[in-house]
Amino acid sequence: MANKKPCAVSEKEHKEYSEARRTFLKQSSAVVALALTPPTILKAAANDEKIASYFEQVPLTLEVNGKTESLSVEPRVTLLDMLREQLALTGTKKGCDYGQCGACTVHVDGKRVLSCLSLAVMQDGKKVTTIEGLANGDQLHPVQEAFIKHDGFQCGYCTPGQIMSAVACLREGHAGSPAEIREYMSGNICRCGAYSNIVDAIVDVKQGGQKI
Amino acid sequence: MINFQYTRPSSQKAAIDALAKDASAQYIAGGTNLVDLMKRNIMAPEKLVDINKLPLRDIQEVNGGLQIGALALNSVVSEDDTVVQKFPLLSLALKAGASPQLRNMATVGGNTLQRTRCPYFYDTAMPCNKRQPGTGCGALKGYNRMHAIFGASDKCIAVHPSDMCVALTALNAMVLVTGVKGDRRIPFGEFHRLPSDTPQKDNILEHGELITGVWVPDDGFTKNVHYLKVRDRASYAFALVSVAAALYIQNNIIKKARLAMGGVAHKPWRLAEAEKALIGKKVSDATFQQAAHIAMRGAKGYGYNNFKLKMAPNTIIEALTVAAKA
Repeated sequence: MANKKPCAVSEKEHKEYSEARRTFLKQSSAVVALALTPPTILKAAANDEKIASYFEQVPLTLEVNGKTESLSVEPRVTLLDMLREQLALTGTKKGCDYGQCGACTVHVDGKRVLSCLSLAVMQDGKKVTTIEGLANGDQLHPVQEAFIKHDGFQCGYCTPGQIMSAVACLREGHAGSPAEIREYMSGNICRCGAYSNIVDAIVDVKQGGQKI
Repeated sequence: MINFQYTRPSSQKAAIDALAKDASAQYIAGGTNLVDLMKRNIMAPEKLVDINKLPLRDIQEVNGGLQIGALALNSVVSEDDTVVQKFPLLSLALKAGASPQLRNMATVGGNTLQRTRCPYFYDTAMPCNKRQPGTGCGALKGYNRMHAIFGASDKCIAVHPSDMCVALTALNAMVLVTGVKGDRRIPFGEFHRLPSDTPQKDNILEHGELITGVWVPDDGFTKNVHYLKVRDRASYAFALVSVAAALYIQNNIIKKARLAMGGVAHKPWRLAEAEKALIGKKVSDATFQQAAHIAMRGAKGYGYNNFKLKMAPNTIIEALTVAAKA
């Protein structure tokens, strides 16, 4: 249900498209809602407008990778879907979507969190950093460099989450030993099994002593 | 996920009123459990009342103990200086739970209210008296290796998944609650319920009541403590069995003892009789074996979880041994 923003359309076209779509959604979803809603709720919501209010978009302003974004989302949209569908920041991956794999890890106000279990509306006024926000122009972040150097991935699907978690792990001061790194990276599952190289990459950055 | 209305009140009263008016409304704090359950249509509140604006994040020493706001993050509490120094058992238990990302989201209040991870509760194609009262318990004769060995009923053999609550139960903590009828202080051991005939009720909280914090008495368990969590992976997995052990030892004699287990019952499982058996005894293998033996009275396996009948006493002995040496 996220308000998808196709990259190749102009702002005006996008606005028309999304308004038309919103109207359609409101009408069609009101019909669907009527069909699916238990009688008690129908009694409480005697007119269409009230049912439509369940599908109202909520305004939201937050900073993503240093840029202020003003959006509107349905309350049920997760931060993950908002980043991917509305802001086209597809670096953050949807793995399990249930908080079990860590592929969707981003930083909110400097803390690593799971964007799949975060509602976008609850991030109002916050600062979000995704994998796209780590590099400085063409210069990769030291942790990104280290993952390449140590071959810290195979298929790469878990990698954005691994890197966001690794950066946080280093900043938190939880990269003191390989054992501590393994414990504090345990929220990021890698199906290919690149774990030992990921630990090597983090150890390397830690020993390099760069400011991250 | 069905859609819902969303509000973010800035006063406690407004939050409580919002739930009092609406039986299908729920509070949301970290969302790590609720959003998951909503995605699976296991819970479907029509209104979410976001309580994150309420001033419930402080950790402060109050009345001979530590008061922790309901919205304090699990990660923050686990690394708080006072918690680490004066309540190390709580810090250890919190760090044994979930992952760093989840601990950065999950709150103390939310952790207390998290729901079981029983796979039959999570699978909406399966019967489950907790999810849908009257449909039966899929786990009772199903694949029940994660399930309870204490206090279960023929309606439900699910376990409470929290680590934090096991430590807080052992530490005689209180749950601080407020609601339209006023404030309540509930001992942790009485907050969660056994399933009996109504497993849909995890705890004694009434609809609309809000946890504002927990209070932990400072009983001096600063040194000889251990939280031992046995699980299928080295980290980031729910407990098969966990033990929170706290001892106060003088001249090799146990003066005070606290023991609680996780992963074995519908609530954090306090081992009061085993505690009594420890007090006044010398620190020794025999003392710990005796306590573990007493702790296991009344335990019952359901087939796939029979291994817990052996794992649980061994975990108790190991936790006490490590605590005594700490």
